[in-house]
Amino acid sequence: MVKSMRESTSDKLFLAVNYIYLALALIVVLYPLIYIVSASISTPKFVNSGEMWLLPKGLTLDGYKLVFANPKIWNGYGNTLLYTVVGTLLNLAVTLPAAYALSRSDFVGRNFFMAMFLVTMFFNGGLIPLYLTVKNLGLINSMGALILPVAASVWNIIVARTFFHSTIPKELQEAAHMDGCTNLRLFFQIVLPLSAPIIAVMALFYGVSHWNSYFPALIYLNDEMKYPLQMVLRQILVLQEMSAETTGAAISGDIAQAMNNKAEIASLVKYAVIIVSTLPVVALYPFLQRYFVQGVMIGSVKG
Amino acid sequence: MNGKGQQALQTPPLRASSGIAKRMMQNWELYLFMLPAVVYFAVFHYAPMYGIQIAFKNFIPSKGIFGSEWVGFQHFERFFNSHYFWDLLWNTLSISFYELALGFPLPIILALAFNEIRNGYFKKSVQTITYAPHFISIVVMTGMIISFLSPSSGMLIRGLEALGIDAPQFLNDPAWFKTVYVISGVWQNTGWGTIIYLAALSAVDPQLHEAAIVDGASRFKRMLHINLPTIIPTITILLILNTGNILGVGYEKILLLQNSLNLKSSDVISTFVYRSGLVSAQYSFSTAVGLFNSVVNALMLITVNQIAKRTSATSLW
Repeated sequence: MVKSMRESTSDKLFLAVNYIYLALALIVVLYPLIYIVSASISTPKFVNSGEMWLLPKGLTLDGYKLVFANPKIWNGYGNTLLYTVVGTLLNLAVTLPAAYALSRSDFVGRNFFMAMFLVTMFFNGGLIPLYLTVKNLGLINSMGALILPVAASVWNIIVARTFFHSTIPKELQEAAHMDGCTNLRLFFQIVLPLSAPIIAVMALFYGVSHWNSYFPALIYLNDEMKYPLQMVLRQILVLQEMSAETTGAAISGDIAQAMNNKAEIASLVKYAVIIVSTLPVVALYPFLQRYFVQGVMIGSVKG
Repeated sequence: MNGKGQQALQTPPLRASSGIAKRMMQNWELYLFMLPAVVYFAVFHYAPMYGIQIAFKNFIPSKGIFGSEWVGFQHFERFFNSHYFWDLLWNTLSISFYELALGFPLPIILALAFNEIRNGYFKKSVQTITYAPHFISIVVMTGMIISFLSPSSGMLIRGLEALGIDAPQFLNDPAWFKTVYVISGVWQNTGWGTIIYLAALSAVDPQLHEAAIVDGASRFKRMLHINLPTIIPTITILLILNTGNILGVGYEKILLLQNSLNLKSSDVISTFVYRSGLVSAQYSFSTAVGLFNSVVNALMLITVNQIAKRTSATSLW
């Protein structure tokens, strides 16, 4: 190869600096992640004093026991699962047909609809008018308030439209129409089966945003039993409401007794709960990374 | 398609419009496909825009949006004359620019660095790991910040102590709030931000590199003069979008990091809207504040886009 032949000293130096830079970036990102995993299975005493700084010290699973014994976390987990599944299905039902219609060059009015959607990217009513709308629709304190106001995102519609536009050949559509196939059948029986990658990308983008969202729940829900996981996490991690009820210590009295103070229970629970709540996304992520990246790339073509 | 368009041009307008009607009829199902999205945008985006008028009214819930009484610019005047107006504006602007100054160039540099090394196990692992924090939720991220910076047990505090540095009260000291907010954002989003640039970098013509190598250009020079110019359009577009959002500092993370001690430097327009609107139920006043925010954003976007149009070939429209 030409490249390797002409690799000069300055190039080698440049590459070395480059590798060092990337290695540093890796360490900076990775260290806190490893620290949390280690802290979640270490004795709090060592974590708080700084003796545990990389590998677990004084191995214990009490944090996880407390988390799993906590009905609030389970309840939040269940709610989040429900909101994520229903919300994502709704997102797909709204996004995919619209994106397909917009991708069709023989669709009269597509520029009008596209403009109607794009405007909302740059100008919106703001927090209070949206809140009043949701309130007037009678959605306060219901699942609807969490999923309906985010039923579609302009960005995702554009990504899906670009996908349909570039991967579904026009000839296919023309041939189908020639055979008397309706648009409805064309979409469900021909286009969708060919679009598995974009369905995956959309489901992932929408799914993660449902899983991670807390703000709609904060403003629209007032019944704690309906709280999604992120709201329970907010109580534990941010507001640090470390009552016996929140940490679950009331239930597992033996563990609570074993640990002599509330602060230790609190810190143990904190790290464990971070792991438990982030696990579904993190566990799926390495396998799905390709799709996430694909989604961003498709979007950037036309972005 | 092409033939049809030409035909439409040649035939009289009446016939042309009936051609459009025919085409609309042919694809009537596509309007059905659009229906859920149109309803969604009408109800959750355009209806709230109609609701903006309460910024100029004294909104009383029992009278409704339409029935409430007009008061003109009263709420705006109250906001501009309030003692916290300049603090809010300064906090919002300074956090935005701080974020832009640090958070905008770093993904570009990282993407250029990724692009220099060959595809292999190392590159893949660094990419996978640096992308990962993007998926951490705001609540968990804030929880991490709070525990890492906890004066009694925080990992970062212990680290600074080990280096012999007396750690400040990061979360309670107004002087440190912005840095904590921006740096944690950089940690979370730099890796993910490279994807869009890497996509643009994959379009670099290898022949350019070959020619430059023959001319004796070093790797660094080629990066500077071949790779960087290729992604300039992408950089411009993202810069326009970011500047258009200059008053749009997200409230979700700030709200969680905020406490009564750091409020002096952590209160931004959007968190103020949340507090005065939803916590204290001053609907009209906070809608006015929010409207001020959106209008400034829209103006910024238009201005920056205009500048970009004049100075380079790239712009949003």
